[in-house]
Amino acid sequence: MQWETVIGLEIHTQLATQSKIFSGAPTRFGAEPNTQACAIDLGLPGVLPVLNAEAVRLAVRFGKAIAAEVAERSVFARKNYFYPDLPKGYQISQYEFPIVGEGRVEIVLDDGTVKEIGVTRAHLEEDAGKSLHEDFHGLTGIDLNRAGTPLLEIVSEPDMRSPQEAVAYARKVHQIVRWIGISDGNMQEGSFRVDANVSVRPLGTVTFGTRAEIKNINSFRFLERAIQFEVERQIDLLEAGGRVVQETRLYDPDRDETRTMRTKEEANDYRYFPDPDLLPVEVDAALIAAATADLPELPDAMRERFREDYGIGEYDANLLTASRDLAGYFETVAQTSAEPKLAANWISGELAAALNKAGLEITASPVTASQLAGMIQRITDGTISGKIAKQVFESMWNGGGDADTVIETQGLRQITDSGAIESLIDTIIAANPGQVEQYRAGKDKVFGFFVGQVMKQSQGKANPQQVNDLLKQKLAGG
Amino acid sequence: MALDQSDVEKIAHLARLALPPAACTRYAQDLSNILALVAQMDAVDTAGVAPMAHPLHQTQRLRPDVPTEPDQRARFQAIAPQTDGGLYLVPKVIE
Repeated sequence: MQWETVIGLEIHTQLATQSKIFSGAPTRFGAEPNTQACAIDLGLPGVLPVLNAEAVRLAVRFGKAIAAEVAERSVFARKNYFYPDLPKGYQISQYEFPIVGEGRVEIVLDDGTVKEIGVTRAHLEEDAGKSLHEDFHGLTGIDLNRAGTPLLEIVSEPDMRSPQEAVAYARKVHQIVRWIGISDGNMQEGSFRVDANVSVRPLGTVTFGTRAEIKNINSFRFLERAIQFEVERQIDLLEAGGRVVQETRLYDPDRDETRTMRTKEEANDYRYFPDPDLLPVEVDAALIAAATADLPELPDAMRERFREDYGIGEYDANLLTASRDLAGYFETVAQTSAEPKLAANWISGELAAALNKAGLEITASPVTASQLAGMIQRITDGTISGKIAKQVFESMWNGGGDADTVIETQGLRQITDSGAIESLIDTIIAANPGQVEQYRAGKDKVFGFFVGQVMKQSQGKANPQQVNDLLKQKLAGG
Repeated sequence: MALDQSDVEKIAHLARLALPPAACTRYAQDLSNILALVAQMDAVDTAGVAPMAHPLHQTQRLRPDVPTEPDQRARFQAIAPQTDGGLYLVPKVIE
């Protein structure tokens, strides 16, 4: 049977505030345990939460960035459950009335097509603390520094149909939250965590299959693998005549599998109700205007503009708008060199590979945008060939200065003097009569040998087009 | 709306309260009575009436995003049953 995969994601993104959502404790990462957990975060008797204005502002920014309705009135609710890293016995979240309503984001698939993914809602809530189960015999250590950290939980529609689409969507949300400056998106530090709801159904059916929820995935690679495993598990189960049980599962990267965490029978009944300690939050037009006045051009709009202004493809435009820093770098190179397509190729090719290998962000690139633009200008004006440019790029990467300096000090200027190339060719033809004979007897492949020899003799500096033309003439004419 | 004994048992379990079986019967009766009292309000037509969150139409006050709370870990942990290296220690919660 043909199966269709259905995926929806819940993404928890930590908002970039200085203090917690309901208390004045700092949110700095990596502090000594419990040094950033105040009486409110500990849920001591008699304390009251007071909402952080910045958390509201950042949520509003997100709402506007995904073309969603921002609620004029939203309500905080208590989600009740017991766990030691949740001292109050409830998490303050939003339930019936979230601050951000329905919105949508676009993802670009590998083949360059654009797909729209619906966002159901996004709501503000507080994070819980951290439990450390490993270090103490028979005991669990609790660090409440993270308790009360502001989160925006972004819930998608079940619109994704493959692990790849789910990753593209998660990457897109990650891109947006960083782009508009509401989160650092640091996945290692837990600032961006993904839960995936996964089900399968026979292709062509309308009703959804029973879903399993995979919790707390903290990398895009694990997200893809966790969903892939889960889909295969469910299909195997169904094809063997079994049934999928609605449950929460955990992904174990070491074994590359998902495992049951809790089944629905034990699942929590959270008994949500409006939090009497907090009044409804009102967001008026003035607040929205203030929160969104400095919103930058959004990635989708920029992607389309890159396609139109610079004539590059959907796929490249998508890659180049992965972050504002990268997009800014590209624009500088494209405009300075006046060669947007070459700029796109070099950035998504050589530069991306070098950055990736060195584990560097674009902001830390040893090759600056103006250096790369300068090198591209030397390709277009014929000073160097595309092949030599790779050598120049490498030297610039290793601190050799700008392109002109590298070309001069290493003598990489392309040989375009046809007299010089001709004399090289003459020498080579004279030295290889056997190959000349073969070529003239119709063995075209030998041509490559001659090109190779000329390039070798010229240390790669001979203009490839001229070499081709002159070789053909000489070999044919004799 | 009336609650029966199994409803009370479930609520007690969710709230981690240990109730003797006899108490469950009594609470089922008491809670049902309270719900019946509140249910009288169903007689009022509230269609089109926005729920009131505060009698003076107050809305949530917002606090500027400034850290104001100093570290008081030593004071907080003085009343904790067990701590180690700054962590609160509790009975192990997973097997």
